[in-house]
Amino acid sequence: MSQSDPKLNINSSVRQNVFVRQESIAARQPPIPTRGVLAWINDNLFATPLSGFVTLACIALVALVVPDLIRYLFIDAIWSAEDGVPCRVEGTGACWAFVERKLSFFVYGSYPREMVWRVNLTLLMGALLVGWLLIPRLPAKRLASVLFFIAYPVAGYWLAYGFEGVLPKVSTNLWGGVFVSLLVALVGIVMSLPIGIVLALGRRSHMPIVKFVSIVLIEFVRGVPLITVLFMANTMLPLFVPQELTPDRLLRPLIGVSIFTGAYTAETIRAGLQAMPKGQFEGAMSLGLSYWQMMRLIILPQALTMVIPGIVNSFISLFKDTTLVAVVGIFDFLRAIEVARLDPVWAGPSLSTTGYVFAALFYWVFCYSMSRYSQNLEARLAVGRRR
Amino acid sequence: MSVHPKLQPVVNEIAVDLIGVNKWYGGFHVLRDIHLSVKRGEKIVICGPSGSGKSTMIRCVNRLEEHQQGQIIVDGVELTKDLKRIDEVRREVGMVFQQFNLFPHLTVLENCTLAPIWVRKMPQKQAEEIAMHYLSRVRIPEQAHKYPGQLSGGQQQRVAIARSLCMFPKIMMFDEPTSALDPEMVKEVLETMVELAHEGMTMMCVTHEMNFARQIADRIVFMDRGEIVEINTPEEFFSNPQHERTKIFLGQILH
Ligand SMILES: Nc1ncnc2c1ncn2[C@@H]1O[C@H](COP(=O)(O)OP(=O)(O)OP(=O)(O)O)[C@@H](O)[C@H]1O
Ligand SMILES: [Mg+2]
Repeated sequence: MSQSDPKLNINSSVRQNVFVRQESIAARQPPIPTRGVLAWINDNLFATPLSGFVTLACIALVALVVPDLIRYLFIDAIWSAEDGVPCRVEGTGACWAFVERKLSFFVYGSYPREMVWRVNLTLLMGALLVGWLLIPRLPAKRLASVLFFIAYPVAGYWLAYGFEGVLPKVSTNLWGGVFVSLLVALVGIVMSLPIGIVLALGRRSHMPIVKFVSIVLIEFVRGVPLITVLFMANTMLPLFVPQELTPDRLLRPLIGVSIFTGAYTAETIRAGLQAMPKGQFEGAMSLGLSYWQMMRLIILPQALTMVIPGIVNSFISLFKDTTLVAVVGIFDFLRAIEVARLDPVWAGPSLSTTGYVFAALFYWVFCYSMSRYSQNLEARLAVGRRR
Repeated sequence: MSVHPKLQPVVNEIAVDLIGVNKWYGGFHVLRDIHLSVKRGEKIVICGPSGSGKSTMIRCVNRLEEHQQGQIIVDGVELTKDLKRIDEVRREVGMVFQQFNLFPHLTVLENCTLAPIWVRKMPQKQAEEIAMHYLSRVRIPEQAHKYPGQLSGGQQQRVAIARSLCMFPKIMMFDEPTSALDPEMVKEVLETMVELAHEGMTMMCVTHEMNFARQIADRIVFMDRGEIVEINTPEEFFSNPQHERTKIFLGQILH
């Protein structure tokens, strides 16, 4: 600090080597920030020549792309039409009329139209229960869990598939569209967590056989593409069980997807377990908690919290990878779009783009919601973790 | 109270008995022929240079470490590979660590009620009453609803002591409970431990706080290189140490 600093002259005694404070300094309000929009722009967008250049380049790119996009998606788009004729006209944009007309096919596949209320009800129940579980303000989470994890699968199955003498059976061959995509994603997400936890604990187990089996399973599943797992689930599962118990053709990819995501989740969870300080295990053990109590009450809650971003990441991948179930003949949302755009009534040059933009929007909305929710969850859980 | 038959049905005068205990880490002989009997109500202070095996020894008593030879009998129960016995011993032996090892995702109160509820199957309300009782005893009842991370080191260590006491342990073990604390917090933790000693708790403390040792210890155990070198009363230990290594050690820490 320089000698000429004027502030130091206010209290000259500060400059002496020996100093005894006579009056204590009262607490003051922090200074009010006096920064406006321009200051913000200057600090954040044009702080250095390079950042100024990047800013300008980005603006140019946006100016180049966005107007065309808006024209294609909104201004030149065909919003209503009886068939594909208006959409085939040169220079028209997206054919939203096609999406509108085919919407029920996209959502339900070939599920009999007069019974789609059953699908709607199943989806609605699922949405309500998921909301109940995920929104922190809502009470009675235990009841919600029981309903969601135990009652809902049974009720949903009866409702969508049918129940002897009450609701006519609808074969899973007819299931399709968004309904099936959501089903695969939901089952995969819900099942992968327990599978992941068991495999992660198994891999760290001191029991050689448990450890070996876990390692083999994780490494095998991680070492092959999901398509392979799906094919194997499709062709090999029926070989292992008696003829009459052969799993339904929709159930097979569900099992495949769950195990696949479970193996990835296991490695993420294991990383969290690895990062737990040894003292947490010892603290729990010294109190007499059993292994399972220690894991359930002390270790897993902290380890899982730590790896939420990784887990949600694998959920997001899973959600997008559900499109692959089409290779084993499952009629998912993307497949429905592909089939619909070949309909000769509608076929035209803009249909593929329209269909895929719509699909992209659908997947993005769900994946982005998951991502946002996980950020929110992290922030909420971080409160108790301050050390 | 316990459902397991004790080996010796008569009330045990000996709380912890280590008989010829040996332990190796790989090829490294960390505990060598340890013989030590701790009587009920007795306070043992264990000291010795770093790496001499003090922590390892007391961690064997609640089986955080496994010994390979000899017998360890805690309150009449011999520690073997039998998980039931290990749990039984851990229920009766409280342990306080240098790094506190509180559970950061639980509040102070939940830290204290967790084991009574899950291990002792105590109703939540009763567990909370007991927890509040011990939190008052260590003089931090007002912190009950905070998270450990929001407390000072000294307060955290007192929570750790209260958490152990909530299990009504017969024996309390401390592994350098004040070594991670700033000097001004050492006192508050030691005071809590002195009070505990005066109430007749059986204690095994690893510590370098020699004034504390003088004040409460019935016997001081001096360890070096994995063996017990000297066991003596505090008066004798400090004023008239017998073994050469004890003298050197005391010369280093007391000036
Ligand atoms: N898990 C382990 N594997 C191998 N060696 C170990 C392990 N834990 C401790 N040791 C060694 O055993 C010896 C005794 O360790 P211990 O922690 O019991 O010492 P201590 O007397 O408590 O020392 P300090 O005063 O530093 O805490 C040390 O030499 C240490 O390096
Ligand atoms: Mg130690």
